Amino acid sequence: MGLLDRLRQFRGAHPPPDDDIDGRARALVVHGNEFGYDPFGLSRDSFASAAKVARWIYRSYFRASAFGVEHIPATGRVIFVANHSGQLPFDGLVIASAAFLEPQQPRLVRSMVEYFVPSVPFASYLFSRWGQITGTPENCRRLLASEEAVLVFPEGARGISKPFSRRYQLADFGKGFMRLALEMQAPVVPVAVIGAEEQAPAVNLKPLARLFRAPSFPIVPYPPFVPLVPLPVKYRVYFGDPMRFAGDPDDDDDVLDAQVKTVKNRIQSMLHVGLREREHVFW
Amino acid sequence: MSENTSSGNGRPPAARRRKVVITGISGRLGRIVAKRLHHELDWHIVGLDRRPMQGRPKDIEHHQVDLRSKKARDIFRAGDVDALLHLGVMHDPRARPAEIYSWNITGTTKLLEYCQAYRVPKVVLLSSANVYGPRPDNPQFLTEDAPLLAAQRFPQMRDLVEIDHLVSTFMWRAREVDTVILRPVHIIGPVHNAPSNYLRIDRPPVLLGFDPMVQLIHVDDVAEAIALALTPGRRGIYNLVGPGEVPLSAVLRELGRQPLAIPHPVARPVLQLAFRLGISSFPVAELDFIRYVCMVDGRRASAELGFRPQLGLRETIHAVDEPA
Repeated sequence: MGLLDRLRQFRGAHPPPDDDIDGRARALVVHGNEFGYDPFGLSRDSFASAAKVARWIYRSYFRASAFGVEHIPATGRVIFVANHSGQLPFDGLVIASAAFLEPQQPRLVRSMVEYFVPSVPFASYLFSRWGQITGTPENCRRLLASEEAVLVFPEGARGISKPFSRRYQLADFGKGFMRLALEMQAPVVPVAVIGAEEQAPAVNLKPLARLFRAPSFPIVPYPPFVPLVPLPVKYRVYFGDPMRFAGDPDDDDDVLDAQVKTVKNRIQSMLHVGLREREHVFW
Repeated sequence: MSENTSSGNGRPPAARRRKVVITGISGRLGRIVAKRLHHELDWHIVGLDRRPMQGRPKDIEHHQVDLRSKKARDIFRAGDVDALLHLGVMHDPRARPAEIYSWNITGTTKLLEYCQAYRVPKVVLLSSANVYGPRPDNPQFLTEDAPLLAAQRFPQMRDLVEIDHLVSTFMWRAREVDTVILRPVHIIGPVHNAPSNYLRIDRPPVLLGFDPMVQLIHVDDVAEAIALALTPGRRGIYNLVGPGEVPLSAVLRELGRQPLAIPHPVARPVLQLAFRLGISSFPVAELDFIRYVCMVDGRRASAELGFRPQLGLRETIHAVDEPA
């Protein structure tokens, strides 16, 4: 028994189940053409290779547990709305892996990447091969119209870059997802992610952020002092009951506010429940 | 005027063949389109180009004149022209920019003037989906309402953007003329345009770490769309898309090319130098087309013009190697 296994046993982790990545990838619904690419550049083969790495991160590094997997609709359009935290966007990876690995029928979750990503070499096309898209409302509309699953972090950069002192307190929610849900008649599945907040406990150095014109400049209290590699925290992902909304997508912000608040409160209470159930940050 | 546009289903009396003036007819694309309209749809073709027309059938009329000249006006003066098909947008990267600008802008303005003055009921402009410009923050599919931002990073596109604007203004001003603007994606075939020329290179340069999705359309499908646009009663702006979307790398693989990956900070100065030395004919700004997405939504053309591309992806890609 190797040292790693011993450590694993010590912290009480179970050996990860054998996931049939290739079989699951074949079971995904991909609207590909004769070259195997969908209109957004997703390729099933590239997705399967990425899923192997994602599986290791999900199962072995973060030893993630998913709860409420039965709330993930097997088919049809859906908007996953989640809290965003932890300086590095591993929460997106964990949610996508959970939706791919845990339910009977795997779902391909398309998350929105930042506008700068298409100008970064390699990330520019790799993200699109893996099904991630530039976060414009038109793109979401198109994907929902073709019955796909979209992941939205309504807190955006405000959420991911918030300091450790405000962990598990939701930042302001944008209203774009609600307009989309109303317009496209798509159910909203609230998702609470626990663990990401502790993966890189950071403070935000605002003067440096201003200097580099970055949205934030996080510093962590251990080398290399910038959050590059997340700590091996244990992730817990809670999927809530799908919520359906009706109304006019072009209503004023105040009208939408109430509906957005319903989702936000639901996620906040799922966070409270999850935090209460959690025994330790790392296991 | 009104009897011209609203005459039943629009078909002119059988005694007279419909007459279309085609600018830029001497190019490969012009000849392909002219042949199709001539043979299959029995239009009376009048070519208007500065260049002579190679291999011209006897019954195609050709005027080797400048768009801006008096002689060009005389073609319209008789008042028997049924349509203007404007393909004559000049974009020679080697010519003097001032001359190209004057040709394109003054030429188009004059043509539109003649069309209004001599009651031409139909104007079709072949623009390009490139007028939207390749940009990192583009939505995956641009609709016809998207702003034409190509000229922002891409001075060579300025003329085409301006012509597109000129014609769309004309569309709203001259309500009695059925104006159609077609914005096709990269036209592929035995033609000399930047995308086809690029795909014919054995070792085409690509940018390291970039592999945008591209849309291609076969030149025959463009000819088909032009024929549809010439139908009386159709007016508006339409994106034209081909059989689907593929990554640039898949297109090059399908053609058996060996791409040469260059990091983009190096590619710019190298291409600049090559262009100056006359080794390459690709202006540096065109690098953005192999870096960012510039794809369009073609649903309007399919719903309103009834346009469906006839050729598949593979056929369209291999069309670059077709003999002319």
